[in-house]
Amino acid sequence: MSLAGLRQGKPEHAGHGEAGEQPHEVAADIHFAAPFSKENAGMDESVPGGAYNFAYLDEETKRMIRRAILKGIAIPGYQVPFASREMPMPYGWGTGGVQVSAACLTPDDSFKVIDQGADDTTNAVSIRKFFERTAGVETTERTAEATVIQTRHRIPETPLTEGQILVYQVPIPEPLRFLEPRETETRRMHALEDYGLMHVKLYEDIARHGEIATAYAYPVKVEGRYVMDPSPIPKFDNPKMEMAAIQLFGAGREQRIYAIPPYTRVVSLDFEDHPFVAGKAPHDCALCGASDTYLDEIITDDAGSRMYVCSDTDHCATRQEAAA
Amino acid sequence: MTPLLSVQGIRKTYGFRIGCTDVGFDLYPGEVMGIVGESGSGKSTLLSCLAGHLTPDQGSVVFDTRAEGPRDTVTMSEPERRMLGRTDWAFVHQNPRDGLRMSVSAGGNVGERLMAVGARHYGQIRETATDWLGRVEITEDRIDDRPRAFSGGMQQRLQIARNLVSGPRLVFMDEPTGGLDVSVQARLLDLLRGLVREMGLSALIVTHDLAVVRLLAHRLMVMKSGRVVETGLTDQVLDDPQHPYTQLLVSSVLQV
Amino acid sequence: MIELRDVSKSFTLHNQGGAVIEVMRGASLKVAPGECVALTGESGAGKSTLMRMIWGNYLAASGSIMVGTTDVARAEPREVLALRRETLGYVSQFLRVVPRVPTREVVAEPLLALGRSSDEALGRAEALLERLNIPRTLWGLSPTTFSGGEQQRVNIARGFAHAFPALLLDEPTASLDATNREVVLALIEEAKARGAAIVGIFHDEEARGRVCDRVVDVTRFTPARAA
Repeated sequence: MSLAGLRQGKPEHAGHGEAGEQPHEVAADIHFAAPFSKENAGMDESVPGGAYNFAYLDEETKRMIRRAILKGIAIPGYQVPFASREMPMPYGWGTGGVQVSAACLTPDDSFKVIDQGADDTTNAVSIRKFFERTAGVETTERTAEATVIQTRHRIPETPLTEGQILVYQVPIPEPLRFLEPRETETRRMHALEDYGLMHVKLYEDIARHGEIATAYAYPVKVEGRYVMDPSPIPKFDNPKMEMAAIQLFGAGREQRIYAIPPYTRVVSLDFEDHPFVAGKAPHDCALCGASDTYLDEIITDDAGSRMYVCSDTDHCATRQEAAA
Repeated sequence: MTPLLSVQGIRKTYGFRIGCTDVGFDLYPGEVMGIVGESGSGKSTLLSCLAGHLTPDQGSVVFDTRAEGPRDTVTMSEPERRMLGRTDWAFVHQNPRDGLRMSVSAGGNVGERLMAVGARHYGQIRETATDWLGRVEITEDRIDDRPRAFSGGMQQRLQIARNLVSGPRLVFMDEPTGGLDVSVQARLLDLLRGLVREMGLSALIVTHDLAVVRLLAHRLMVMKSGRVVETGLTDQVLDDPQHPYTQLLVSSVLQV
Repeated sequence: MIELRDVSKSFTLHNQGGAVIEVMRGASLKVAPGECVALTGESGAGKSTLMRMIWGNYLAASGSIMVGTTDVARAEPREVLALRRETLGYVSQFLRVVPRVPTREVVAEPLLALGRSSDEALGRAEALLERLNIPRTLWGLSPTTFSGGEQQRVNIARGFAHAFPALLLDEPTASLDATNREVVLALIEEAKARGAAIVGIFHDEEARGRVCDRVVDVTRFTPARAA
């Protein structure tokens, strides 16, 4: 948003500051106006990040995003366009998910970030730090304790419950994109439920590989209506999408938000004679022994030795603690 | 007998320029009608209006639907028109690239219409696709190849298979043999004739090639400057043309 | 079966200054089932024109041309097509076929168009080709490369594949040797015997004398040039 835009938002917040101020001063001005400033340690001016409004985005932007989220929840699986903001991180690093998280967070939330199931990867750590600093919310690595979980490429193994929000980072929200490059046409296809093309993709898979080789971003039909890209989660996670928590999807570069409300029917597309299988590596976790979790393959030496461990670090650690 | 397609007063303008105007005719089941005229005579505009690719400014295009009998496809909702477009109607483009998915295998191209109307059995879809590739003389071992690996004639035959697999009743063809060399054209014409007869298809063929209409079309409509100037039996129009323009058109063809 | 009443025909040559050439006036003709009528008259008198009008290939300017219950002069294209499919056969002097189609199928096509089974149609086609002495080795080839006489016989086989109640024959015995001429005349006699009404052009006077019941000189339908 431009400087002028920030100024327009001012009266609603507090109304001080003069014309001709430098951009950072305007931002500081907004910060004072934010309703959470007094209680929030993160907003302390002595801390660099404290110069931002709660959860980085200004209130108007968060409202706009919340409207898109509400619309998305009202029309499960439908891609709602939104005015994605420039975020202080590159596209592809979760700008969409971060904006959705920012619009959802309240000071009382407990925030968890996972990347490929792990809480300790660069991307997860950066985003967690980002919100620790700009929103001052509590963060956790425990799935069960988190109220908002931002994820890249996984759904936690621990079943989510009512009251939790799962925010997905989405690179390409359009499931029809690789077969139909025209956006005007794909939107029309969604509108008219013209989904033959989706099965053409699966047909091509079987023709080429003898089975449906799509292993991630496996297309689903939501509540019998919209075909949706579940973001690049492994197809192992697809059945989990019928859950008690709210699922929100944010695509920053593509400027789309979509959602699955709790307890919504989510069906993975397939053929009668090639039914959907939520496959995983045929091993147990080398660390916790779980046989029902999605595994990462880890090469352990130059001779090609390998081990399989849970990709969900929190789930694995919890099981190991319980066993100890 | 109810006409399969009943067209009345079709008019389409581009600003002040007339695309086509005052076009009307009835097409009965099993009939193949040729629409001829020089470039810019409005024949392609007309075909687009009839096939629902363009919305005419005036007129009606009434199609005898299977479920509900005669319906005006101009005022029909878009989902209904699209449904027609992938079931009872087919459109064969002059350039196969416009009518095929070039990045999808031959089998996938043929199977798409089946899947669009709900086919969900891979084995059956593939079997039908194989059968149709055979009918258009493409061998089974090419089923997983992409169209870009095919010759122009093969691409055109694949486009025809892709269109006819859903058992349409009306086929729109825009210069179906244009851009193909003569021997390939002959093979395609022969194939089309056989399919039209076997399937009892009705077809509208836009072309400027009078030899094509003589072999394929039962009836002919001659267009000039957006208007129909003459209609009749194909051989009668070609052998005993009445309108000055048709006489000029017929006499302009080089005799081989 | 075939009845023409007061048929006239003129050609307007729009691209040659709009010249109007009147080629026929007051043509009337009646052919009963089982009857064969020969059209005579010198070259250019209008024999072919009259045949083509009965076929629906030329538009009549006025009058009526009844074939069975259809008035060809006024019929819709699809009515003429139905007539040609079911009732009226035509053996022209020239064979016009889609390149690449095998001879056997060219001959069987009129039957296939009537919805007969492929076995029946091809069986009948092969019997006719056999009878007309087309070598078996040629049946699978397109007739486009055949000699003139062979093409003519293929054309005749095609014209006689279906037992049309009305037939138009344009020089059916031209360019045929004695043996095949005999076969064609026999075919015509058989068609008459089953009740077909036939209109023909025969330059071969002996053939005409043998199969035709009547002769109609079309010169009397030709408008006086001076008029």
